Amino acid sequence: MKYMLLIWNRPGFVEELSEAERNAIFGEVDEIMKELTESGELVGGEALAHPSQTRTARPAAGGVEITDGPFMESKEQFAGYLTVDCETPERAAEIAARWPDVRHGFGVLEVRAVMEQAGTEM
Amino acid sequence: MTSRAVEDLLRELAPQVLGVLVRRHGQFYACEDAVQEALLAAAVQWPEQGLPDHPRSWLVTVATRRLTDEWRSEHARREREVAVAVRQPAYAAVAPPADEEPPSADDTLRLLFLCCHPALPVSGQVALTLRAVGGLSTAEIARAYLVPEATMSQRIRRAKQRIEAAGARFTLPSPADRDERLGAVLRVLYLIFNEGHTASSGEALHRVELTGEAIRLTRELRRLLPDDGEVAGLLALMLLTDAHRAARTGPDGELVPLAEQDRSRWDRDAAAEGVALVTEALTWSAPGPYQVQAAIAAVHAEAPTAEDTDWRQIVALYRVLERVAPNPMVTLNQAVAVAMVDGPRAGLALLATLDADGRTAGHHRLAAVRAHLLDMAGDRAEARAAYLAAARATTSLPERRYLEVRAARLAGERPR
Repeated sequence: MKYMLLIWNRPGFVEELSEAERNAIFGEVDEIMKELTESGELVGGEALAHPSQTRTARPAAGGVEITDGPFMESKEQFAGYLTVDCETPERAAEIAARWPDVRHGFGVLEVRAVMEQAGTEM
Repeated sequence: MTSRAVEDLLRELAPQVLGVLVRRHGQFYACEDAVQEALLAAAVQWPEQGLPDHPRSWLVTVATRRLTDEWRSEHARREREVAVAVRQPAYAAVAPPADEEPPSADDTLRLLFLCCHPALPVSGQVALTLRAVGGLSTAEIARAYLVPEATMSQRIRRAKQRIEAAGARFTLPSPADRDERLGAVLRVLYLIFNEGHTASSGEALHRVELTGEAIRLTRELRRLLPDDGEVAGLLALMLLTDAHRAARTGPDGELVPLAEQDRSRWDRDAAAEGVALVTEALTWSAPGPYQVQAAIAAVHAEAPTAEDTDWRQIVALYRVLERVAPNPMVTLNQAVAVAMVDGPRAGLALLATLDADGRTAGHHRLAAVRAHLLDMAGDRAEARAAYLAAARATTSLPERRYLEVRAARLAGERPR
């Protein structure tokens, strides 16, 4: 089963960290990515630019309007994702729980199942 | 020779060639890589230059050459890197293969057991079986499972490492382990079949035909183990399921349920073969879960219309299945048959026993079957709620679409 792990964190939290703290966090990410690559579970992933670079298209009176800034005014913003292909949903949640954003209190990870194209006869 | 015909031949020869190499040299890991390279070379050369006189010997020779090249360079690397204390054996002196060495029928069987070794995760068993026994390339397997090639390549590498680490041998399992190990092989083949048993046809254009591949491998297994009723049962189940393929999807890719399928579009030959296989197997084999499921599928296949279905027979078969393989998913399907014989309320009562079971509570199939039975009972509001609950819980796009349409019909809306 494929799962997308959505990373939501507080924009700019990295700016408050010391260099050593940052390096430690990147090291943790590298370690998890290495493990997922070697196990053949990693399908893909991307990190997103700072939310201040976001544009949002939304329905408006008389058509569509495009505005600067993110869709949601919330403390945590969507920062990136990784897609994994795991044997169980528990395994996907375990990977999410190890992500540094969660472990160090900078954000949360959402584990979302990816829809499949196959279906069984009803 | 067309590249399609070459591909078919290569897939058939792949396990034979790998078997020869592993028997001769051991080292499954390295031999499997070497055979894969030989297959890729043949896939390029043969369609252009024509078939060699002895295709299997050609593959054995090329794969052996790759293997010795690999050993030589490994050997050289070690000599460079280390002041060698222990000399490596002279691998380069591997004898060239004798022409037309007969393949051993057991090789394919040994490979299947090795690829479905219990030390591997299921995804590793599946990938390795398709490559080492099915002769598919990593790229083809990756496309079939919609993951990047690097991911699939790593999964195969990891599976092979685990086989080495587990000290697994290229032998048949001991009689004590045999049933369990064969069970794992059948499960992997059935998983491959179900992955390919997809509803949307557009997608299938770019994917290896996993359903056909699973049937081919199970057919081969049946040839090797003609006295195993469950192997026959699994092949029958696959054939009977696959016979519905053309009728299972509507013109817009939507799922068509069994009761509404146009039975004139069923593949009569595949169904007849499945019916004959399971009928014959049940005369001499103790009924196992695959045989009983195939027998249920056979009852459906023999009904000219949905209304003619012998539901009493199906209920009786589900009772047998419940005894040989007790499982809440069996009870779930049984509830549909019970509803057809004793009415929807009887089916719903059976479903109620599953609400407390952690394996089915909250499962979309439970909600979907409940919705169907409530619909039969004329309880439109409850049925609609259950269809929507099922639609929210499924991770299959065609299933979600089907369930949403059913819910919409009950609300009197037009399906979107």
